[in-house]
Amino acid sequence: MTAAILVSIFMTLAAAATPILLAALGELVTEKAGVLNLGVEGMMLCGAVAGFAVAYSTGSVALGLIAATLAGVAAAMIFALLTLGLGSNQVATGLALTIFGIGASSLIGAGFVGRTITRLGPLFPADYAAHPWLRLVFGHDAIVYLSLALVLAVSLFLRRTRAGLILRAVGENADSAHAIGYRVLAIRTAATAFGGALAGLGGAYFSLALTPMWADRLTAGRGWIALALVVFAAWKPGRLLIGAYLFGAVATFELQAKAAGWSFIAPEVLAMTPYLATIVVLTMMSLGRRTGGRDAPACLGKPFPAS
Amino acid sequence: MTQPPDQTAPSRLALAHVSKSFPGVKANQDISLSVRPGEIHALLGENGAGKSTLVKIIYGVQRADEGGISFDGRPVEIASPKAARKLGIGMVFQHFSLFDGMTVLENIALGLDETVPAEELKARIRAILDSYSLPLDPDREVHTLSVGERQRIEIVRCLLQKPKLLIMDEPTSVLTPQEVERLFETLRQIAREGCSILYISHKLHEIKALCEAATILRGGKVVATCDPRIETTRRMAELMIGAELKHLQRPSGGGKAGAARLSVDKLDMPGEPPFGTSLKGVSFSAQAGEILGIAGVAGNGQAELLMALSGEHLAGQPDAIRLDGRPIGLANAGARRAAGLACVPEERNGHAAVPEFTLAENVVLTARHRLPLAPSGLIRQGPVEAYAKDVIARFDVRITGPGALAGSLSGGNLQKFIMGREIGQKPDVLVVAQPTWGVDAGAAAAIRQALVDLAAQGSAIVVISQDLDELLELSDRLCVINEGRLSQARPVAGLKLEEIGLMMGGVHGESHVAEPAHV
Ligand SMILES: Nc1ncnc2c1ncn2[C@@H]1O[C@H](COP(=O)(O)OP(=O)(O)OP(=O)(O)O)[C@@H](O)[C@H]1O
Ligand SMILES: [Mg+2]
Repeated sequence: MTAAILVSIFMTLAAAATPILLAALGELVTEKAGVLNLGVEGMMLCGAVAGFAVAYSTGSVALGLIAATLAGVAAAMIFALLTLGLGSNQVATGLALTIFGIGASSLIGAGFVGRTITRLGPLFPADYAAHPWLRLVFGHDAIVYLSLALVLAVSLFLRRTRAGLILRAVGENADSAHAIGYRVLAIRTAATAFGGALAGLGGAYFSLALTPMWADRLTAGRGWIALALVVFAAWKPGRLLIGAYLFGAVATFELQAKAAGWSFIAPEVLAMTPYLATIVVLTMMSLGRRTGGRDAPACLGKPFPAS
Repeated sequence: MTQPPDQTAPSRLALAHVSKSFPGVKANQDISLSVRPGEIHALLGENGAGKSTLVKIIYGVQRADEGGISFDGRPVEIASPKAARKLGIGMVFQHFSLFDGMTVLENIALGLDETVPAEELKARIRAILDSYSLPLDPDREVHTLSVGERQRIEIVRCLLQKPKLLIMDEPTSVLTPQEVERLFETLRQIAREGCSILYISHKLHEIKALCEAATILRGGKVVATCDPRIETTRRMAELMIGAELKHLQRPSGGGKAGAARLSVDKLDMPGEPPFGTSLKGVSFSAQAGEILGIAGVAGNGQAELLMALSGEHLAGQPDAIRLDGRPIGLANAGARRAAGLACVPEERNGHAAVPEFTLAENVVLTARHRLPLAPSGLIRQGPVEAYAKDVIARFDVRITGPGALAGSLSGGNLQKFIMGREIGQKPDVLVVAQPTWGVDAGAAAAIRQALVDLAAQGSAIVVISQDLDELLELSDRLCVINEGRLSQARPVAGLKLEEIGLMMGGVHGESHVAEPAHV
């Protein structure tokens, strides 16, 4: 029976990790192009509410996921218009985007509070996952597999493809990229849109897979964790995967501890552990390397053209 | 293979009445010039004369306001660097367009317009490196390379496209004499193969050695054309500045051995991994009233020595470095400035000045220790601006005013400003690297004069440079740095160029240059 428990713990863990992984992966690509979008939390909320609204009205979770992705892109495009088009400050605009996302999701979600939908189920038919260990492989929903595939895809894209090389170049030195003849703003806009899409999808994972019910501020600050993960993962997709699952693991531990009724740790401290553990481990990982600050894209957050 | 340039063939490049304005400046006005196939054509002019702007127009980085360009006899519209490359125009920028965090291979791939598989690209790069015998390792990251190696990346990038016109904006300002020789051989070979070269430099003897024609700009206009093989360098300099060139005025009564102001005693410092050079037992002293020159091939510890003197890296021992007898080896950069030791690093954008700050703000950064610009932490705008204006006027910095961003200045103008900022503080000891890097002949003479004058007032000056002519003109004594070790200083009077060449290049320099590309 212990196998079943372990497996079910891992299933919870993967579910907790997936939305953060998605949002962080999107932000990683955005930041690799030199754009610092602090509005991840806001974009996630936009995705969460759009996904829920569409899934609730149409009864189709798949349509909800698509809507969430588009909503994330739309939110990111507001950001791109302001920062890349009009040259406003990226940090301030990103914060504003988060506030906007919180407000917009509350407004749209007001009519949905307490409503429920049928949540996103496992991708494979139940008999594939009859055995506990098989469940580990076949028991997840489509988004979990998608997120893992995306980690691989983004990693290959950045390291192996010419488009990925150009994207990194734009984040490394926008002036040089411009001088060689790349369209810096277009590339940055595309990267920002990708970040928005994944943040929207990550947000929808909360409202369509984790809790099939709408509540205000559903993402509970996970967008900020995603942002921090990108930094601690040194802008490397592989490390991001480790970081997100680590966060998921400790978050699951927290739930288990609560369920087991451990009273010798204050619940506030318990609630803190996922965040704390993620930061501690990832800090140690970055301390282990000698390269120091050279991981960050050199042009991160800098406006182009500089003026 | 070698054919004399065909006089009847259409010009490779012809500009007709090109003009370009920036807010407040007419960078180019009514410029016409033509370059024949296979010709090496020099573009000369003072700092801010508009040379870089003109070639940026040719390469499609900037658009001309007026005028036309024709290439191989056909009128063309060059809307972007990509369009320029398609025509067969390659360019090596004054400020390299490189990506520090990426490898040489990636940097080169980024300069190509089509996707080439990594292996094939490597093979093609190696073929070029071999045929021009250029040493360069495709897998190194750019931030670990010397300036000369970085420039090779740019050159290889261009050569891969089989260009018909190669533009080089001040390619030699940061190269060692050996590297310059090597570059010239490469350029001559490229020109022999029929590619025209448009060449910008402030070093007139190089122009004489390399170029067949020259167009001289002043204030954005063409003021003369000449054949540099016939013209003297002095005459070309005077055409550039439109006035007579001044000789360096040395104070009378030489042989002024004052007290040692800066003394360095057995300074050891590990180089930064992975490619830094360690300083090994460096000892020297600079006396009041003297200019001490430090020659050497780049990458032999000059950068480390400057950082050790400026206080960016602290010496292990307090008394490894003494200023007027006081141990300052453990004092940080600010404390050293306050004590009277000022340093000007080689890299002006980002190290000597913050490009995003105005000139006035850049003044505060280094001058606040010596001048009452920010007593009790509050910046006094009036004196700051006054000081900046004073520097701008004294060193003839061509810009709109102290509110200009440092990054918007042309390379030479920023260098003039930085030198002026430090010299104006009358430091007891001034350490400068490449004081006239990228500065035009007239302004270089002015900077050298200011250094000589500062020394005459009793300061000690250390000049770290790769430009031997400059060191011989400026210094009273000269030493050579090689693999982190400093030679004995010798009086310059009576020292021959070849002797120093042997001291600095000698064994190491040769092996450095002849080193094959790592694989
Ligand atoms: N992007 C820009 N915006 C505003 N002014 C500019 C810009 N680029 C150049 N200028 C101005 O145009 C003039 C010509 O500059 P340019 O860089 O072409 O000079 P240069 O001849 O290359 O000088 P140097 O020898 O010092 O490199 C200068 O007054 C410069 O300040
Ligand atoms: Mg220039």
